[in-house]
Parts: sequence; structure tokens; C-alpha cells
Amino acid sequence: MEYEPVIGLEVHVEINSRSKVFCACLNNFHSPPNSNVCPVCLGMPGVLPVLNVAMVDASMAVGLALNCTISRWSKMDRKHYFYPDLAKSYQISQYDLPLCHDGYLDIEVDGASKRVGITRAHMEEDTARNTHTIGGGISGVDFNRCGVPLLEIVTEPDIFSADEAFAYLTALKQILEYLNVSDCNMEEGSLRAEPNISVRPKGSTTLGVKTEVKNVASFSGVRKAIEFEIKRQVKALDSGEAVVQETRGWDADRGITVSQRVKESAHDYRYFPDPDLMPVVVDDAWEERIRQSLPELPQARKRRFREDLDLSEYDAGVVGMTKDLADYFDAAVVAGAPAKQAANWITGEILATLAERKSDITACKMKPEALASMIGLIGDGTISGTIAKELLPDLIESGGDPKAIVEERGLVQISDSAELEELAQAIIRDHPGPAQEFRDGNKKAIGFLVGQAMKATKGKGNPKLINQILTDALSQE
Amino acid sequence: MSAELFRLSAHETTARIRSGDTNAREVTESYLAHIESVEPKVDAYLDVWREPARARAEAIDAAIAAGQNPGPLAGVPVAIKDNLCTREGRTTCASKMLENFESPYDATVVEKLDAAGAVLLGKLNLDEFAMGSTNENSAVKVTRNPWDSDRVPGGSSGGAAACLAANEAAFTLGSDTGGSIRLPASFCGCLGMKPTYGRVSRYGLVAFASSLDQIGPFTKDAEDLALILAAIAGKDPRDATSADLPVPDYSSTMRDGVSGSRIGLPKEYFTDALDGEVGKQVDAALQALKGEGAELVEISLPHTEYAIAVYYIICTAEASSNLARFDGVRYGYRHPDAASVEDLYRLSKSEGFGLEVQRRILLGTYVLSSGYYDAYYLKAQKARGLLRRDFDEAFTRCDVIATPTSPTTAYKFGEKMDDPLQMYLGDIFTTSANLAGIPGLSMPCGLASNGMPVGLQLLGKPFDEAALIRTAYAYEKSGAPTLGPAPLG
Ligand SMILES: [Zn+2]
Repeated sequence: MEYEPVIGLEVHVEINSRSKVFCACLNNFHSPPNSNVCPVCLGMPGVLPVLNVAMVDASMAVGLALNCTISRWSKMDRKHYFYPDLAKSYQISQYDLPLCHDGYLDIEVDGASKRVGITRAHMEEDTARNTHTIGGGISGVDFNRCGVPLLEIVTEPDIFSADEAFAYLTALKQILEYLNVSDCNMEEGSLRAEPNISVRPKGSTTLGVKTEVKNVASFSGVRKAIEFEIKRQVKALDSGEAVVQETRGWDADRGITVSQRVKESAHDYRYFPDPDLMPVVVDDAWEERIRQSLPELPQARKRRFREDLDLSEYDAGVVGMTKDLADYFDAAVVAGAPAKQAANWITGEILATLAERKSDITACKMKPEALASMIGLIGDGTISGTIAKELLPDLIESGGDPKAIVEERGLVQISDSAELEELAQAIIRDHPGPAQEFRDGNKKAIGFLVGQAMKATKGKGNPKLINQILTDALSQE
Repeated sequence: MSAELFRLSAHETTARIRSGDTNAREVTESYLAHIESVEPKVDAYLDVWREPARARAEAIDAAIAAGQNPGPLAGVPVAIKDNLCTREGRTTCASKMLENFESPYDATVVEKLDAAGAVLLGKLNLDEFAMGSTNENSAVKVTRNPWDSDRVPGGSSGGAAACLAANEAAFTLGSDTGGSIRLPASFCGCLGMKPTYGRVSRYGLVAFASSLDQIGPFTKDAEDLALILAAIAGKDPRDATSADLPVPDYSSTMRDGVSGSRIGLPKEYFTDALDGEVGKQVDAALQALKGEGAELVEISLPHTEYAIAVYYIICTAEASSNLARFDGVRYGYRHPDAASVEDLYRLSKSEGFGLEVQRRILLGTYVLSSGYYDAYYLKAQKARGLLRRDFDEAFTRCDVIATPTSPTTAYKFGEKMDDPLQMYLGDIFTTSANLAGIPGLSMPCGLASNGMPVGLQLLGKPFDEAALIRTAYAYEKSGAPTLGPAPLG
């Protein structure tokens, strides 16, 4: 039988607010264990939570970016279970009335656009982290993470392939980065994606039994885990077995999912409204304030780059990949750089240089204005592109004004025709072969000769002029 | 210097300290000596902080000598219920679970008492985790009623009521979830107030039922209520449920009198279930208030009969959640023989909590369970809304509601312990105020023929504690007979 998979995604995002969600402790992943703790996040007797408004702001921003409706009235609930990483033995979360609901995210898969429904995005607190690496049969709990603000974003079962899931996660992460609400670091756990997967006979409208996969540490891992689960479930159904509703863990080393069922079905979380917290009431003005504060989002920006600045699909995609990069590009254009040339430099030499240094645009010392100035120097013939390429690593490393550097280092282009004519004669004399090829009609041979001339001038020759002089010289003979 | 300094009210004490008539150290010594003599018969304290109290009193005296103002409660000795967190000593909730627990922080009310210049004498007994009406559920010891040592002081703030009635502190703080201040105040013949929910910060009060709990004072007179409520009330940024409202100057509004004030008498509270002796004293108090110019009007609170059931569903639900954190992992009792995490939870809770606490955790877990939530918790919340509406309605016809605090005077030890349902019925007149979030106080209004105090309960509009204090003050000034000191005081 032919099957089709149906996939939903739950993504947990740690919000990068300065302090935790219900206390004043620092929200910092890199602190030593149990250093960012206080009676509140340790769940000591008598303490009370107070909701961090920065969490509501950030959650609302994500909700609006995902086209959600923002609840005018929502509440915090308690979700109960016993585990050593849960200080109060309940997690403060949102149960039946989430802050954000009924949104969508448009993604692109194989050039086609697709809409993924967002069921809800709700606020909660992260749990502590158990470690079993201390030795001596002792497990430790690091409460630094307990009470870190967490936004859970849940999709509709609208995703039908591992590639779609990958595209959704990529687009979501891009939005979160644009909003600067999270570090989005999957290895550090600030972004956690948990797919749920079921398969059903193709054409069927009812859903099959689903499994939920946890412990996936990368987007490509999510893709692989989904692919594995689809195959596993199809195989089970084909051989007449039932798929069991359960949580499975992703074993990245073996590339398989493993059943993690530990009395999961017995869980009754006994949700009820947290009496320690007031309802979250959002009025029009608050929502509008957040809406106004939203940056131009990735899709809109990419569209503007394509339509207004005439970039290619590829360039617009690369330049708009991160907000920092897009901001850099926009600033270079504002400083006078022609958009296409700025995009070429960024997607080419600049990103390549940064990649070699395992760094990104935020570490680039060359200001966008300097890029514009450099492109200007090429345009007015002051330097050649070759010289510009040579200058670039230094500019990226140390910054500075390209014009001043060019003058200081004597890199101004040679455009003196007499000097270049003399050089042209010498080049033709030293390379009779290519010269003859040109005369015989292979016009491409001129490239080699121009290259030699540029080499001889250490890149300072004006390549256009050299080309002209060489062509003239060979044609006149 | 008077040997009887411990008999003074809080306002008299601080006035005499300020005037130089006495000083904080003398007052503290007077209380410590009195504690020494009566505490063996009363057993109100779980811990007396003798040396810290002396040091604190000397610091207050030094501040006064240096011309500083140590605050409105300068030098006044106070003791607090042991479910309020203090850095000093332990915070045990009278439970084996927390018998060695040292809080890393002070409750907001403790900070406020410090800021007001009070001298903390120690921590007081209670029913374990504030669950009980007699103090018999304390895992530590039995506190006795200073009026009759064969009788209970009431609960759960029994230690706080008995301590005050025995003059072992100038005032005390307790907590009230369903009557836990008002009932023992009534049984022990003192004033006790549960402020409006949100009037006093709950930060640092070990939670029993978060939507019902309020901290409040036990005092010797109405003027002290005014003084102390003003000192502990107000918005606290650490308690999201505390109200951001100005705190009135109760000491001045207190003297406005009750002339023209309408006192509502809910017909559902004055029934045959009421002990005749109690009814008689309450009537006399109402007549005294009428004599002061108050108008008595009959009102109705039609959903009263549901209050006890609603209360025990909501308070146990919240308790089961609040007490879940006591798991033996980070602090508190940890069973030594647990072989697994599940064992650790099961054994630590089974041995750390007493029977009443376990009973309420189980009840609360049940009413929140899937399949039962709608039938119990949700329905109780709806009924709670109706109870609230009863009061809204009633307060359009009156300014203050008066009822007996309890259908009876203090029970004898063991009288109700075998039948939890009978015990729960003792809360019949007090739980509604917690469910509706309104303020209430109990004030002594004479002795029954068994020699035990009777309490008159006054209930007010939300955040109108001023009306309650004004009414209590008017009663005291009406010339109605006062109780005099308790035999063990
Ligand atoms: Zn904290």
C-alpha cells in the first residue's frame, strides 16, 4: 500500500531576556552550575513567581511574526509531575488559553510556496538540567536553567515530508533570529524541535497513530529522524503490526529512534490556573506597540531585495539570510553602493573571507560605508577590482577608509597610456604565441595578455585601458 | 519600671518607649520573663529567640537614643506563626518535613516588621502546614487554650492566638486560609484579622492554598489592629497578587464612629446550629453597636450552604499542588533508605507529612485529576463566583456584615479529632470570606457560661478594613464588658 506521512512540530525556544521568567536571576547559559539561582527559581517554601514582562513582549513579537491572533486574556497554569529537575514539582505553563494562537508560516519547498498552520505559541518556564556525569553514582541538578523563559510553538499537522519540516524549521529560526528573541542554539538547547509523525494510507483523511521524537540536536537530525520514523512506521504497517503511540528518542550515532516509554501514558498533569499569577491581559495598545517594534521580516525583506533592488533570487536569499547580513547590505546601499555590486561583494569575497576565519558579518570590521566607498573607487577608475580584492582581507580584519589606504599604499591605478603602450609592446614581444592566436582570430587570447600586463603592474594597471591598448596594438600590425 | 509591661497593648508599649518611660530592652525582658513562667502551661512557641530579641531591643534603644525614629512599632515585641519564613532560626510549619529547614530569606511581612521597629521574639505553633482548626495537627506539640488548658486554642494559628491571649507577645501574626486567624482569635478571646486578599503580601508565607491565604495580626485591641495592619499592608513587587492600592491611615479613620453605619445580619448564619450561649453574647454585642448608632439590617447570603464544600475542594486542590515541592531533593525531610527517585518521593512524603496533610493532598490530587476536574474543581470555582456575588449583593444593603465567628466556643482536646467532617464544619462561618476575598475580623464579645470566650465576626467590603476596625473600636468604646486577662495569661 502507498502511505503518506503527516507531521507536526513542537519547537521550544528559550527567550533571551536578561532575567528569568519569574525571578530576577540572570538568564545565562554559560554561567557555572547553580550560580544563577534564588529562592524563587529553586522553589523554596513561601516564594511567589512574578511574570517578566519582557517574556510577554518577546512572545507576542514571535506570535505576530507568525501571523497569530494575540489573546486579549490568557492565563498561566500549573502542570504537575515529579522529577528532580522540576523545583516546584509543577511547571508554570499555559494550558487551554495560550498567548498566541491560530497563525501560519509560509515556507518554500522546491520552489513552491506552502503554508504551515501554527496552532499556538505559549509561554512557560524551562526546567533545570540533570547531569549524570559527576560519577560515584551521583546525579547532579543544575538549576541555572530552571525558570528560563520558554516559548513553545506548535504547528498544525500540516507538514507532509522531512524536507518540509526542515524548511519550516529553517524559516522559523530565521524569524526568531530576525526578532532577536533567542540564541537559537540547538546544541545548547535554546532551540529544541520535537516532531510528531504518523503515516496513513494515501488519500485517507483520518490521522494514523503518531509517535513523538525527542533528543534531536540539529535540523538535519530532525530531517533524518522523520525519514527514519516514516520508514519504520510504514514497515510496521506493511507487516501487519500496529504503530504504538509513544515518545521515541533519536539516536544520532545509530541513525535510529528508540522507544522511551516510561509510564508516559500514566501522566495526568492535573493542570489548573496558577493562583499566584494574574491573568495576562493584552490590550490593543500593547499589541500595537509590539507590532510597530517588529523589524522587516525575512520574507518581506527578500521580496524587497528582489523587486526594488533587482537582486537575483539567489543573491536576495543569501544577503537576506540573517538580519545582520541584510542590515549590512542595506547600509552599504544607503551609503551609495549599487545594489547588485554590493550583493556581489557580500555573497562572494566578503562571506568567503569571513567563512575562512569561521566568523560572520558581525565580526567584519569593514563598515558598510567602507564597502560602498571601495566600490566607488573601482567605479571611478581609481583602483582595479584586483586591487580591491587584495585590500579586502585587511579591511575586513582591521577596518579603515579604503580611499586613504589606497593612497597611502600607492595603489592608485596606472592609467598613463604612454607607460601602458610601452608595456603592451613588451608583453606582445614576450608572448608571441598568444599574440599570434589573437591575430588568427581567437579574440579570447587577449585575456591572457591582459593578465600578464596586470601581473607586471602588480595589479595597478587599468585593465580596461590595457585591454584597449593591446587590442589596438595587435590589430594595427 | 513595671513588672507588668507584658500586659500593655502594642500602641501603649511603643508610646511608653518613645516617651522614655521605659525602653525596648526592659519591655523585651518583661516578655521573656513572662514567657518563662507561662510557656510551660501554654506551649505556644516552637522557638523563642531570646538573644536575638535582646540584641534587637538594644539596637532599637540605641536608635532612639541617637534621635532616630525606629518606626511605628518601635520596641514592640511580636511573635509570628512558624509558616512565615525567617532567616533567623528555623521555619518548620510544625511539620517533620521541615523540622530542620532554615529559610534563606525573610518573608515580606518580616521585613516590614523589622522596618517598623518591632522586636521578634520567636516562632509560634500551628497545625501542620496550617491545616487544621485546633492545633492538634501540629507534629511538634500541643498548644493549650490560656482560658482552659483542657481546651484547644483553635487553629490553625493556635499558637499565635494562645501566645497573645497569654500575653507572651504584644501582638502576633498568623495566616488565615479558611478561618485560621479568626477561629483561634474567637476561641482565645483576642482580636484577629484576615485582611482582604491582596492587602498583605504573601511572599514568604509557606503556601497552603494560594488563592485563599492571607497573613493577618492578632492584637489586644482595635487600635493595635489599625497600627499593625498599616505596618504590614501594601503592594509588594514580589507578590503579583498583592493589590496596588494606597493603605489608609486606619488609626485616624478608626475614631469616626458607627453612627449611621448599616450592619448586615445574614439570616443563613443565625440558625439553630448556633450554640445558644454564643448567640446570646453575639446579640449583646450587636445591641451595644446599635447603641453606638449603627443600624442592624437583615440580609441574605443564599449560597452559604455550599461554602464548606467549595472551600475544601479549592483549598485541597491548591494544597496538593503547593506541597508537591516537598520531595526530599533540595531541602526538607529526605528518607534515608530510598533506593530510587520514586522511593525518595514516596517515603519522604509518607513519613514527612502528618495524616491530615496527606489526607488533603490526596483529596486535592483527586479533584484535579482528569475526569474529575470539571465535576469538582471547575464546579467549585463556579460556586465560588456565586458566593462572591452574594457578598456584592449584600454590601449594597449594608456596610459591614456581623456573624458569630464560630458556632461554638473552644472544643476540648480530642473532641473533634475522630471526625474530620465535624471538624471541617467548625469553619462554617469563616470560609466564605476567604472564598470571596473580603476582609474579616473576630473580636471578643464576652464569655459563655463555660467561661470560654465568644467571638463576633465582622466582614467588610473588599479593601475596606477601615470599616471593620472602626466598628471594633466603637464596640470597645461602647462600655460593653471586657474579658479581662485569661487565667493562664
Ligand atoms: Zn531565580
